[in-house]
Amino acid sequence: MALNYDQAVAKYEPTLGLEVHVELNTKSKMFCGCATEFGASPNTQTCPICLGLPGALPVVNAKAIESSILIGLALNCSIAPFSRFARKNYFYPDMPKNFQTSQYDEPICVNGYLDVEIETDEGPKQFRVEIERVHMEEDTGKSLHVGGATGRIHGADYSLLDYNRAGIPLVEIVTKIVGGTGKYAPQVARAYVTELRDILRSLAVSDVKMEQGSMRCDVNLSLAPVGSNELGTRSETKNVNSLRSVERAVIGEVIRQSNRLEAGERIVQETRHFQEESGQTRSGRSKEQAEDYRYFPEPDLVPVAPAAQWIEELRASLPEKPSTRRKRLQELWNVPAKEMEAMVNAELLDVVEETIGLGAEPTRARSWWLGEVSRLANEREVAPTSLITPAQVAEVIALIESGELTDKLARQVVEGVVGGEGTPREVIDKRGLKVVSDDGALMVAIEAAIAAQPDTAERVRGGNLPAAGALIGAVMKATGGQADAAKVRELLLKHLGQG
Amino acid sequence: MSDITIHSTAAQMSEALIAGSTTSVELTNAHFAQIEAVEPAVHAFLHLDKDGALAQAAEVDAKRARGEKLAPLAGVPLALKDVLAQQGVPTTAGSKMLEGWRPPYDATVVKKLKDAGVVILGKTNMDEFAMGSSTENSAYGNTHNPWDLTRIPGGSGGGSAAALAAFEAPLAIGTDTGGSIRQPAAVTGTVGVKPTYGGVSRYGLIAFSSSLDQAGPCARTVLDTALLHEAIAGYDQMDSTSINAPVPHVVAAAKKLDVKGLKIGVVKELLGEGFQAGVRQRFEEALEELVKAGAQIVEVSCPNFDYGLAAYYLIAPSEASSNLARFDSMRYGIRIGDDGTRSAEEVMSLTRHEGFGAEVKRRIILGTYALSSGYYDAYYGSAQKVRTLVKRDFDAAFAHVDVLVSPTCPTTAFKLGENTDDPLAMYLNDIATIPVNLAGIGGMSLPCGLAPEDGLPVGFQIMSPGMRDDLMYQVGGTLEAALVSKWGHTLLSQAPTLAGN
Repeated sequence: MALNYDQAVAKYEPTLGLEVHVELNTKSKMFCGCATEFGASPNTQTCPICLGLPGALPVVNAKAIESSILIGLALNCSIAPFSRFARKNYFYPDMPKNFQTSQYDEPICVNGYLDVEIETDEGPKQFRVEIERVHMEEDTGKSLHVGGATGRIHGADYSLLDYNRAGIPLVEIVTKIVGGTGKYAPQVARAYVTELRDILRSLAVSDVKMEQGSMRCDVNLSLAPVGSNELGTRSETKNVNSLRSVERAVIGEVIRQSNRLEAGERIVQETRHFQEESGQTRSGRSKEQAEDYRYFPEPDLVPVAPAAQWIEELRASLPEKPSTRRKRLQELWNVPAKEMEAMVNAELLDVVEETIGLGAEPTRARSWWLGEVSRLANEREVAPTSLITPAQVAEVIALIESGELTDKLARQVVEGVVGGEGTPREVIDKRGLKVVSDDGALMVAIEAAIAAQPDTAERVRGGNLPAAGALIGAVMKATGGQADAAKVRELLLKHLGQG
Repeated sequence: MSDITIHSTAAQMSEALIAGSTTSVELTNAHFAQIEAVEPAVHAFLHLDKDGALAQAAEVDAKRARGEKLAPLAGVPLALKDVLAQQGVPTTAGSKMLEGWRPPYDATVVKKLKDAGVVILGKTNMDEFAMGSSTENSAYGNTHNPWDLTRIPGGSGGGSAAALAAFEAPLAIGTDTGGSIRQPAAVTGTVGVKPTYGGVSRYGLIAFSSSLDQAGPCARTVLDTALLHEAIAGYDQMDSTSINAPVPHVVAAAKKLDVKGLKIGVVKELLGEGFQAGVRQRFEEALEELVKAGAQIVEVSCPNFDYGLAAYYLIAPSEASSNLARFDSMRYGIRIGDDGTRSAEEVMSLTRHEGFGAEVKRRIILGTYALSSGYYDAYYGSAQKVRTLVKRDFDAAFAHVDVLVSPTCPTTAFKLGENTDDPLAMYLNDIATIPVNLAGIGGMSLPCGLAPEDGLPVGFQIMSPGMRDDLMYQVGGTLEAALVSKWGHTLLSQAPTLAGN
């Protein structure tokens, strides 16, 4: 009988290791001035340097160093006063120089940690994930292997190479061994990658879009019998491209490995690929014969020696930790955790905060951004923040609160702003959107409604208040929806002797 | 033309151009006439760019006619070592691997030369990827020493040195990783300078060993070398290892002609066994001239130089094994065996098998081995420690003396083919030049006479502390003036007449 997850973790203790690759969002590449824009035509963002032409030399992008230091500081790392690049030598067609300029034994940041919180059977619990290193490297080009069954280079009819990605700055964040999680290993892994993503986003150093590959995660996992102090043989699962997949990859590997062990088989140290559809991993290349990368210090680059004062300036500039900020705002705004998460995932926390800062009531600010603005953004397939500013949303909310706009009118105003018709005020003027609050004008409409439905009016006079709805509806219709329904109701009831 | 000929110095050519007594087009044509006459015998060039050179010359002449301010060497012709990328002009580094490659960009040195109005005649022959001391490792045939066509012109920059000695160009660019500028200068009776590492940009220099490579000026006089030095040197933001500091005033230093009060150290370890008697004799005579000129000579010991050669032949091949990995036929250069049935890996392998010569393969294998896990510490790691010790030897010496001197090479030019089957004998030729590269300091070779036993040029090497390149020019300029005055002629005027001379 195959073990399921619960049975597996009852018998085996998982040990995690997580390697996260992050593409930095610098305007230019790691070692040359080429643009880094995603999705450009193949081989249009290249130059002699990132193509590795004979004679070309790299020069380090200072912004990438700054981003790496910021990441290290946010992860409580020590910043090396002196670090070096190294060459990792291996042949592959999409690697222009046939070595990758990376960092080896002298990374820029070392020895940090990140605390994450997960829900356990005993309530919320904190885990400390220790960080071994943060290092810089360049990305390779992209290969597209055409023909053949596997989509890999072996067996392909031909391969297409795009060097636009070659030389994009990458930062690799490697944890130390994460043990003691027990059955919560999947949640800890996910919480770590989530928190890391939020930190990187708050630092504005990366787009951290897992689906576009600007953040990629490798999950190392090994099992050992519960109670033993030894570590098992690990597998390295690549291609884990969403937060949910991180969790699923851990579960999948725990089940796979435990069943192999149960069957008396041994775990092979190898690279595995995560299968999005099945949640399982597939064997990649074996690492039994470790490749010899012949690392040596990159002679074309001088060592990186950031001034202590610069590091302190960067430390002072660090934004509030996302988890701290979330807690603070959640309490301040008094919102449920779920909604907080929705705002974070939609990347709307900043604008909501700004809108509230401009005087909007928290619930309204949240629901406008997550509701109407997000809906319009989805229709247009753009980011909500590109459609309207927090100041404009705050203005609309203020107009609602003052009674100048109804919710329904406000939606038209927002639609107008998004459609490029101008500021909320301009949209209101152009479209003539105004709550009819003039009692005289409303009374005319009310009397017309009574005249049109005398029987209904009579029932209201007789105390049948729900019957007023039909009259109110008629007034609203007559005023083109611009009347304040509550006001209409008040005037109508008073007029019919029920006020 | 005025009294300016192809035998004039670059400084004289420059003056004549400024005075209007000759034009760059005239000078350029005169050099192409000489090239056509002597190339069948010398074979200094791999590629001649007559159209490009004449167009450049005409442009300089036109600018001068318009009264535009020009750099000192504007209009003077130059031979460029084929290891520097020149946009649109075939650049092979002496390798079959790069046959037909035309770079889409200019090396910084080339850009500076163009900006200065220097006329680039063509690309000169060299040992493949600058690996060698005789230019016999070129994939495109031997270059012959103008002093004796059966002998080597030195290497790797044998083409540049031979072009100067055969009056095919008054100026040339070389690159020096372990002596590739200085040793060819020594064996051809010309002047060559390896500037301080980082003093001249490496951007566009096809890398052999990144931490040792340095481009530098070659000419027939110390002053000409200095003029070219100032034209190509200076900080370059495209080269991370480039030094951000003012260029030493080497032209002024070359003109000083005074060494009074200077302390000159003779390196004991670079004079002993293995140095030809005539080489030692001419070297010692030159020292006497320096004493006469007022310098103080002291003996200095640099004990770790004995290990320099071994360290060099680990560091250079290690870096080369990585630098040359990019030649895989995927993006440029030749491609062998791509018949639709072979994998990319097979095509890469076949191309590297066919495209690289024996010496390059030897060094790639050596370097790959030295960097391998389990051997790294013993080989590459130890070599780096020796490198540090060599640097310390220099530091200790320069605490007491202004410059150090030695013969540039243990022997005069050997015969073509003499050492081709004995790589170790070939490597020993670099014993006196290598320490300078390991330490990253400056080194010059200038002629100090003909060895009595074979009548061939002997090179005198001057080594100066980092970014004090001016000191070697000061000493070199003074020694050159003393020797020419003593002989009553320049050394090169004694070279045999070639077809075109």
